[in-house]
Amino acid sequence: MLPRPTSHSKALGPGVAGPELAVATSAVQAGPPKASAQQPLSGADSFMVDPHCIADPARQHTQYPYVTGTSVLGIKYKDGVLVACDTLGAYGSTKRYKSVERIKKVNDHVIIAASGELSDFQHIIKLLDELTTDDFRADDGISLGPQEVYAYLCRVMYNRRNKMDPLWNSLIVAGIEPPHAGASAEDVSTSDVTFLGMVGMIGTHYSDSHVTTGFASHLARPLFREAQADDMSEEAAVALMHEALRVCYYRDKQSMNKFQLAKVTKEGVSISEPYALDVQWDFKMFSQPTKWAVGAW
Amino acid sequence: MADYDVTQSYMQDISLGTSIIAVSFKGGVVLGADSRTSSGSYVANRVQDKITPLADTVYLCRSGSASDTQAIASYVQYWIAEHQAEKNGPVDVSTAANLAMQLSYNNKNMLQAGLIIAGWDKQGGGSVYAIPLGGTLLKVPYTIGGSGSAYITGWCDKYWRDDFTEEEARAFVVKALTHAIARDASSGGCVRTVTITQAGVKRDFIPGTKLAATFGELPTPASS
Repeated sequence: MLPRPTSHSKALGPGVAGPELAVATSAVQAGPPKASAQQPLSGADSFMVDPHCIADPARQHTQYPYVTGTSVLGIKYKDGVLVACDTLGAYGSTKRYKSVERIKKVNDHVIIAASGELSDFQHIIKLLDELTTDDFRADDGISLGPQEVYAYLCRVMYNRRNKMDPLWNSLIVAGIEPPHAGASAEDVSTSDVTFLGMVGMIGTHYSDSHVTTGFASHLARPLFREAQADDMSEEAAVALMHEALRVCYYRDKQSMNKFQLAKVTKEGVSISEPYALDVQWDFKMFSQPTKWAVGAW
Repeated sequence: MADYDVTQSYMQDISLGTSIIAVSFKGGVVLGADSRTSSGSYVANRVQDKITPLADTVYLCRSGSASDTQAIASYVQYWIAEHQAEKNGPVDVSTAANLAMQLSYNNKNMLQAGLIIAGWDKQGGGSVYAIPLGGTLLKVPYTIGGSGSAYITGWCDKYWRDDFTEEEARAFVVKALTHAIARDASSGGCVRTVTITQAGVKRDFIPGTKLAATFGELPTPASS
């Protein structure tokens, strides 16, 4: 068993691949991989060049986002929760990737959706996958509920914020609390167990009957405040969601007319295939805005 | 390294002096790149090879900082060699892409690298993975990268089809790069393509003089 190199020679300066890194380590590790805070078991450390210099407080931590997703919307309704967002990964002002899935299933009771930097969202999914795998291996019939996922993510996001190294996302956690061991789903009314929460990149969080991120917070939440009710029917909820998505598409420049709608009910999770909404541009006042005021703009 | 002030701008303007592309077709993938490495305005290398082998059937297109992408490629080559020795078989394209993503993501503050990983394996056939700045990993049917890609996004949107044959895919790659080179000063020289199928790897080199002339340009006269 060859010794694992632990640091570069400081004399070489930070971030330099010194002779230690050139030494091949044994593929057999000294022990099982140790989880470190907010890093997946798959060992992010081994991919971080010079982790000990990264620990140096003088290092600049703050990042900024590159490939980003825009608004996510969520509402409660009679049978559970609806979450919707578009499938665009924007690169600054460029609409670069048009088939990005920003809603992910965590388990049969919880979904998570994100706006902001996509690579950080993929990292968060990896962390949640490990929690879900631990649940599976425990094999006790107990799985994470949305409240637990929400609380976990609040801590992750706030902790990263304290290190001045945030995960650049606004997350929405949605789901239905799994029934307690021994109870059946019918014992509890849906409204008591539906959960919808938002966690921001600095750890700000809230839960409510309707949650949004990004532009939708300004455009969609007023619509939801007017028309959303915890006992609304699925048709009414979907119609309200579509109305809100339309407004977000009209008024957010980094959006596209291609959406996914996810639903969590007591039956489980379903995430739709991408689809487009009918949108209206053919009002007379749109085609001829200055007809009665020639020369105006 | 520039001092990034996050409050000033939502996204820094980063120029990646290159045009790179990878397209999958039924049975494999075609990777393509230009051959210009620039250092400011100076063309440091006019015949650079930006398509780097990670394994026998997985190749990497590099854009961004030349040194960063070379370092990433070296690390990934090394890990894949170790992995293949343990696995006693060829690496999957998704595994190679994941290794590159881990490096890109976990060192995101220090790296400027836009990568395209493409290859052929028995599990997935021909696959293309895009790893833009930041370390997002996206599996895509085709993708373009580098500074020159901005000029051909519309062209590629229009002419790409999901039922290319190998020859059509290669022709698409060459034409796309021709147009990128025509308008991007940071791209130029020659077009290199690498075609990867179950049968193996075919490298091709098209000197700049053999590329079709675009609007406003004159065809290169024959050497006298």
